[in-house]
Amino acid sequence: MLRMSQLKRTYQGLNLTLFTLVMVFLYIPIVILVIYSFNDAKIVTSWKGFTLNYYLRLWENDAIKEALRNTLLIAGLSTFISTVFGVLAALGLENKRFSGRKGLLALIYTPLVIPDILMGVSLALLFNFTRVNTGMLTVLIAHITFCVSYTIIVVQSRLEGFDYSLVEAAMDLGAKPAAIFMKIKFPLMLPGIVAAALLAFTLSIDDFIITFFTSGRGFDTLPIYVEGTIRRGAITTINSLSTLMIAFTLFLVVVTKRVRKTLISSL
Amino acid sequence: MTEIRIENLSKDFDGFLAVDDVNIAIPFGELYSFLGPSGCGKTTLLRMIAGFEIPRSGRIVLGEQDITDLPPYKRPVNTIFQNYSLFPHMTVFDNVAFGLHIRKTPREDIRAQVHKMLALVKMEDQASKYPAQLSGGQKQRIAIARALINEPKVLLLDEPLAALDLKLRQHMLIELMNIHDAVGITFIYVTHDQSEAMSISDRVAVMENGRIVQSGPPDDIYERPASIFSAYFIGETNLFSAEVVGLEDEYVQLKCDSGDGQSFEIDSTFHFTPVLGQKLTVSLRPEKIAITRGKPGNQDDFNVLRGTIEDILYLGTHTQYIVKVGKLRVRVFSQHKRVYFDEKALDWEEPVWLFWHDTDTWLINEIHEPDQGNINPESVGSIQRGKRAGAN
Repeated sequence: MLRMSQLKRTYQGLNLTLFTLVMVFLYIPIVILVIYSFNDAKIVTSWKGFTLNYYLRLWENDAIKEALRNTLLIAGLSTFISTVFGVLAALGLENKRFSGRKGLLALIYTPLVIPDILMGVSLALLFNFTRVNTGMLTVLIAHITFCVSYTIIVVQSRLEGFDYSLVEAAMDLGAKPAAIFMKIKFPLMLPGIVAAALLAFTLSIDDFIITFFTSGRGFDTLPIYVEGTIRRGAITTINSLSTLMIAFTLFLVVVTKRVRKTLISSL
Repeated sequence: MTEIRIENLSKDFDGFLAVDDVNIAIPFGELYSFLGPSGCGKTTLLRMIAGFEIPRSGRIVLGEQDITDLPPYKRPVNTIFQNYSLFPHMTVFDNVAFGLHIRKTPREDIRAQVHKMLALVKMEDQASKYPAQLSGGQKQRIAIARALINEPKVLLLDEPLAALDLKLRQHMLIELMNIHDAVGITFIYVTHDQSEAMSISDRVAVMENGRIVQSGPPDDIYERPASIFSAYFIGETNLFSAEVVGLEDEYVQLKCDSGDGQSFEIDSTFHFTPVLGQKLTVSLRPEKIAITRGKPGNQDDFNVLRGTIEDILYLGTHTQYIVKVGKLRVRVFSQHKRVYFDEKALDWEEPVWLFWHDTDTWLINEIHEPDQGNINPESVGSIQRGKRAGAN
């Protein structure tokens, strides 16, 4: 018969094994990608020695640099605009007595469940129908369109749990509505706003399908460029590009965590 | 001196009359309580003084100034909220400084005043903590400091101790009284806890169904309840239906129905002039009644009843006896002082004598519904109103 302590040890061992397996499953592909970005070979299948060659080549590649610029521009603009919309919409939806509230919320949720391909096709059709030339503007509009649902929902859920007695307390202490917004409401909404912006930025930066349908020729974002390059078989530069993107993402996660704290305490 | 006057104040929510034609004047510096069960309108009344609710009619006047229609941020009053409502994203210091900050007080002045306030509530060493790091009692203190730093003319307290445990509540109650003495402004205190209101207040207003049914010093309300509700809600009491059978200069003789077809007679002094044959209600506080095995000697000026012990509840500070007199059950509180004890402790089913002084038989000019029984139900909410005797 197993003793309790033995049972516990077995259980802990099992736990650890499962945990390790999950982590391996999640991170092995990324680790391989990072390692092979330093591989001095034309094809990925074998290790031929360490090199920074592909990082240099990345730097010299103007098409990549332009795609990067486009991606960041689109991500930056669509994040900013959709976050502003998200905050305004969430504040508008705060009023529970507003009769169209439920219907509007349902309309906002819908784009989250619509497949990207449908969204991409419908936007492409729309632009075609209205004879708007595809390019940066259409991609931007498309990105704002799918980001804004997310930002509204994130900010709105943050407001859902808002303690309105804090507003009364501030009013009681002499604060007028504008001051209440700046000093109480906005700072308490801020974590939600930052989370919404971060989500919008991530969604925009790696969107492929919708961008593919709305970009037309001559306006490439990174995902579009990567797809084109891989199709031509030049995987090695993509490895180094991906590694840089992973590093950037990690950096972003760390920074936002820090910034959020200082931002709140400074208000 | 700035007094606060409330004149004909009413408030309804979708037709439900929450506050019904309330009139009070509170002199400056008083600690005044609104006491009543939940739903009696006491919090609504407080929120109208704070400016969070707009009255349907009536006026609120602070000194010379009519503040009825002023927004909360323009009123010289501050509130302690039931759940404290400290700003979670600010330190204790910034919470307390908030009011001064809004009024653009110079930085050095803010620092000095915040420290003075934190000293008043004994929280000087907690200035850099966040509310989430504080205990309930500490949050309470910060809420008080945050309100008082604005030097309000009136401090409103909405069930401020409701969220604290019993020991802390008793401690904070004394602390609040000390703070009231130190700042000297008017405190308006809302509570459903009668012992809180009794111990802290200069005056108490008992509220029922949006109206103030009685107001006065705590001992006055306890000893001389004006209605069945007051007698019932504040402390514990025995209620008997009675009929006036004899009137003398200073005494009234009453016949009480004991519910089994029998009746007993008791005497009382009176504070209003009853008429012969009038039906009214007798309120008799359990601690005023003495209980003995032997027949009491001197019976002048005392009422004497014979009964049987039905139940004995030992409560530490005192013992509660439930004594059957006919079909009525009379509550008696007996303190554990040796002089009051017979040599052998009283036992279940034992016949006993109850006696109390005539002046402790309190008359209420209302008719007590006989089906109410005369043992207080646990919940005050289940009390049925006696009809006004005058209406009959």
